[in-house]
Amino acid sequence: MPESKPSFRSEIERLEEIVRSLESNELDLDDALVLFEEGVRRLKTARELLQESQLTVKRVLEEADGTLSTDDVSL
Amino acid sequence: MVAGLDLFTAAGADADQGAWSVADVTKRARRLIEAGINRVWVKGEVTGFKAYRSGHWYFSLRDAEAQVRCVMWLTDNQRLPGPPDEGTQVFVDARPTVWEERGEFRLTIKQLVPTDAGGLWQLQLERAKAALDRDGLLDPKRKRPLPRYPQRVAVVTSADGAALKDIVSVLERRWPAIQLLLVPTRVQGEAAEAEICAALDLVNRLPAVDLAIVGRGGGSREDLWVFNSERVARAVAAVRVPTISAVGHETDMTLTDLVADVRAATPSAAAEAAVPSAAAVAELLRGLAQRMVQGLTGYTEVGRERLARTGDRLTAAVQAQLQQRSLRLDSLGGMLDALSPLKVLNRGYAVARDDEGRVLRRTQDFTTDLEFNLTVSDGDVRAKTR
Repeated sequence: MPESKPSFRSEIERLEEIVRSLESNELDLDDALVLFEEGVRRLKTARELLQESQLTVKRVLEEADGTLSTDDVSL
Repeated sequence: MVAGLDLFTAAGADADQGAWSVADVTKRARRLIEAGINRVWVKGEVTGFKAYRSGHWYFSLRDAEAQVRCVMWLTDNQRLPGPPDEGTQVFVDARPTVWEERGEFRLTIKQLVPTDAGGLWQLQLERAKAALDRDGLLDPKRKRPLPRYPQRVAVVTSADGAALKDIVSVLERRWPAIQLLLVPTRVQGEAAEAEICAALDLVNRLPAVDLAIVGRGGGSREDLWVFNSERVARAVAAVRVPTISAVGHETDMTLTDLVADVRAATPSAAAEAAVPSAAAVAELLRGLAQRMVQGLTGYTEVGRERLARTGDRLTAAVQAQLQQRSLRLDSLGGMLDALSPLKVLNRGYAVARDDEGRVLRRTQDFTTDLEFNLTVSDGDVRAKTR
């Protein structure tokens, strides 16, 4: 089975975590800076994933011995 | 001489002479009846129903004045969704005959139609629904929330049906950051029930699937009937990931709909329910970026350092821009990058940190002979107070 791409979900979930931390006002400035920079990176990645991703459609095939494989579907 | 005695004597003397065997008379009766009454439609009420292990059905039809035994062979009754309930009013297409072994007059039924149109289907549906309900499969508490950003979606439907095309076109438009795995199956006809169950079972063996969609495009009541199968409904309930049912019909709910975590009226609607829209997510990212900037602004205000004040001005500038509706997501990352206080170093500012990495904010932080790091645009320099 093909591996899934870098995850939009993990990027945006981490981004939300970062925003909540920054909003809590409980961090050192140093940590806040580090988080902010990470947030910027995550935002960029999320944006790129959103723009670059293309829908892939595969058909699942089951062999006689029960193993699974996929092939491309043309629509 | 009395005639009766004569007969009695004759029978006693020679039992066979002039008498018919039971087999003969029942055979004769059968021939007379079969020749005399062809196939007829009969209306009556089902009573004493019994389905044998062989699959054949035995029951009686009755009305206010009479009743008649009936048989419906497996080859004929298997076309029906299920057996009629006791007391159901039905029309039967039947051939009258005599069952010689019992000397019993009866009807051999070829077709059976409840007088209430669709009654038998409805009855079977109610039975299956009751069974699912008993097992708790219709409990709203079972329903799982759909993942916000699914990455891999399994679709159980026909490989060449309209449903797949509809789902693909919605996903392409709305949220292409996805891998779709088609698990092909027939969705109508006799093999459909077993194939759909097998396909749903296969979904459970696929790695990293976030969501499943099961369904087909619109069709007649009979075409869609497999989605009212109790077996299919149980297979849907057994799918390990949240499942959307997408059976193309506007009014009736199928059992699959009742068991699925989310019911969509069409495959297109299922695809829309499955993913967020890219536009809405772009909006969400914008909001997060803005909150991130505001969050950091809180720190810079507390700090009252030069760096912080610079950050404030940049923040204000960026926020003004963010509020313009025309802002494109493209530029956002770049702008935030520019906003980052560390980028400010390019403009000639520096950050002072002690050897533990703490930012030195106030004059009192700079004790005499303190060695510290000064971060400038292209790296760190060591510094010492005098």
